[in-house]
Amino acid sequence: MRPAAWPRERAAARLLHIDPRARTLVDRNVADLPALLTSGDVIVFNDAATLPASFSVSTPRGPAELRLAGPGASSAEWSAVLFGAGDWRRRTEDRAAPASVATGDEIAFEGGLRAHVERVSSLSPRLVELRFDRAGAALWPMLYRAGRPIQYSHLVGPLSLWHVQTPFGARPWAVEMPSAGAGLGPASFAGLRARGVAVTSITHAAGLSATGDAVLDAALPLPERYAIGAPAVALIEHARARRGRIVAVGTSVVRALEGALKQGGGMLRAGLGVTDLRVGPNTRRRIVDGLLTGIHEPGGSHYELQRAFAPDALLAEAHARADALGYLGHEFGDRALVLAA
Amino acid sequence: MRIEGAAVLVTGASRGLGAALAGELGRRGARVVLVARGEEELFRRVDELRREGILAHGLRGDVADKQSVYPLLGAACALVGPIDLLVHNASELGALPLRELADTECEDLARVLETNLVGPFRLTKAAVGWMALRGRGLVLGISSDAAVVGYPRWGAYGVSKAALDHLLRTWAAELKASGVQFLSVDPGEMDTRMHEDAVPDADRAQLLQPASVAREIAGLVARSESFASGARLELGSLRKAA
Repeated sequence: MRPAAWPRERAAARLLHIDPRARTLVDRNVADLPALLTSGDVIVFNDAATLPASFSVSTPRGPAELRLAGPGASSAEWSAVLFGAGDWRRRTEDRAAPASVATGDEIAFEGGLRAHVERVSSLSPRLVELRFDRAGAALWPMLYRAGRPIQYSHLVGPLSLWHVQTPFGARPWAVEMPSAGAGLGPASFAGLRARGVAVTSITHAAGLSATGDAVLDAALPLPERYAIGAPAVALIEHARARRGRIVAVGTSVVRALEGALKQGGGMLRAGLGVTDLRVGPNTRRRIVDGLLTGIHEPGGSHYELQRAFAPDALLAEAHARADALGYLGHEFGDRALVLAA
Repeated sequence: MRIEGAAVLVTGASRGLGAALAGELGRRGARVVLVARGEEELFRRVDELRREGILAHGLRGDVADKQSVYPLLGAACALVGPIDLLVHNASELGALPLRELADTECEDLARVLETNLVGPFRLTKAAVGWMALRGRGLVLGISSDAAVVGYPRWGAYGVSKAALDHLLRTWAAELKASGVQFLSVDPGEMDTRMHEDAVPDADRAQLLQPASVAREIAGLVARSESFASGARLELGSLRKAA
């Protein structure tokens, strides 16, 4: 599948409706989304804004690119992955290994910001936990000044921060854009509500989609933080009691909701959490009925998650159909809605 | 809207009406982020508010700078949560002393529009999506009677405020059923640095105090539902009617 190589006009996104029960595929437009849902359904967005999470840093043993992977318990604590020489123009799997870091090492960012390595993961020496030398209002502006958006080699130029924001992002917890909701803004919410569909959001710290490190990539997604507010819980429980469908916009929402339900022992509760849930073909979904997502290549974690929503043969057929129809892949590409009518 | 517990961002908040309004909203239980260009005055004001027990944060930034929109909004949301009330208070008068349009440089007009109109447009665009998603929120523009009356020498400023009023009015029409509200407030003439810059020989005894105007505006915010979205509220007329 061809990737979308640059952000596109929002209205242009196409939508392949995959109906896992009827086993049908219908070529539509994202603007048709309200017509595919019905009164009583709830659509749940991930309202995390995207941080510019790629940094040029100095480590005790040389320069590196550092990509934040997700926030920890306080604003000063983050997990991060180190990359060797080169930048996003080179495929992650072709990048050189970074100089090694050890617990206690100081990492210097542009603009005078510093962090210490608190822990090196046993999974990979490139995955570390950091503690910055400041927090809160002293830290956020410095992260924004020093960081660039994380991006990959399928793009043709460097992104600006506004390219990686959804229209409804708020708290900057995501290090990569929760892209399934890109292009859906106030007009879409009005259209959905006019249809009787409830619109709500959770916040999920969407992490890295690739590192180029085979062991790390096989472990993605890493544990991620989420926050589920009382309004979302109320709307979702109200819909479930009336057999309304819960439609997740993006794999991160599936992870937050199914992860929270698992941690709550079958109860969805408002609050903060961290989920290590990996959704795949053998996952029994207990809360999310449908998924709006990108067009994903077989093999990656997003595709694995989709397998919890539709049989493999139908997904394979959907991928081939999307390709034949000229759909574009990746974060600025087209979409799929996996939902039984 | 309910001020207690609300997340609020006020631009131009280091002095004058913005500083007073941030304090007044904070006193009523809001979590406030103050944005201003000048670091020293900004953090002095934030410290004052914190000593009062107000949950306040300062972010240095220029609303006229396109690059700073998402960093300001993102940092603000990280600190106090998604923004429920956005106050466009930062304003630029243009070249001083104020001058007639015939003597106004094109670049000066552009600079005034960038701060008073385009900056609020960008910030609103970035903040309003979450508000529409949640079905609540208020965007408040600080206007001026120069938006309505064509005063000599106030051209650049007046044009920018008329446009800001219309921007919010149009947004109100477009997001009619969204639950998000847009209001403009004309506070009247206040005893502020900006007023002194504009009218150096004014009789200060005749001017309103920012703190008392801030109380009135906070009162309007608290009963914002009683106004039609897109309305332009003149504090002077409301005062007379009361």
